[in-house]
Amino acid sequence: MLAARALRLVGRRAISTSVCVRGGHGVAKVDDYALPIRYVQDLSSEQKSLKEKEKGSWATLSNEEKIALYRISFNQSFAEMNQGSAQWKSVVAGMFFFFGLTGLVVLWQRKFVYGPVPHTFEKEWKEKELQRMLDMRVNPVEGFSSQWDYENKQWKK
Amino acid sequence: LLIAVFHYYANCQQIMTRTPLASRSFSHGKVETDEEFDARWVTYFSKPDIDAWELKKGMNTLIGYDLVPEAKILDSALRACRRLDDLASAIRILEAVKDKSGPHKDIYPYLIQELGPTLAELGISTPEQLGIDKL
Repeated sequence: MLAARALRLVGRRAISTSVCVRGGHGVAKVDDYALPIRYVQDLSSEQKSLKEKEKGSWATLSNEEKIALYRISFNQSFAEMNQGSAQWKSVVAGMFFFFGLTGLVVLWQRKFVYGPVPHTFEKEWKEKELQRMLDMRVNPVEGFSSQWDYENKQWKK
Repeated sequence: LLIAVFHYYANCQQIMTRTPLASRSFSHGKVETDEEFDARWVTYFSKPDIDAWELKKGMNTLIGYDLVPEAKILDSALRACRRLDDLASAIRILEAVKDKSGPHKDIYPYLIQELGPTLAELGISTPEQLGIDKL
């Protein structure tokens, strides 16, 4: 009731983006409705006479007139309404950009922020570690040690 | 458990729409058959003094359902458009129905075929004839 009064005060302008639903349950978008509120509210004299012609037989209307009548009532056709945009390209581009930027940040961090890795990463240490694992037969059945040929002291081919 | 209950309920609903009178219903009400649904909507649009708001409301509600309306309902709606001198809405209804069919591309041509006589009688052009189905 109040919403209707307010709409009338506002004037009969075309409300093309959203419609206030009575009861305040939220905003209903025009796109969601097959038949929204008429798009053009104030008709030119040409459009008015076309509207008069519409009261007669529709078969007498030309295709241009029919399209004109359609455009009076609806801003976009379904085809126009449903068309996609190229926005996804911007989104993917932005995505890659930030991946890259993050990568640069990580590289910088590695060089300038992080201290040295623990001594257990040294080559000599790792060799001893590997030997130790083989000596204690880590996963001998199907895992690590099963790949080592203990006879010939090399990895199995 | 909640999901299981929901699936069971959904299955019950599906089974029940195929029988005229539901013997079991979670909502304890009679379930409307397809024929009753169609008849109800045909009657709605057949109101002689239907007004523009009712046409809009009816169409928007109908399009909101998870179905493509039968040709006879659309026929009734198109005639309502004629009574209201609203060609734009008539064309829009055809567009909406095509959109509603989604991936089932064979529904729209079938409906146009069924509505052919009515479209010719009332002088309604299809969106394709007007070229507004393309950008």
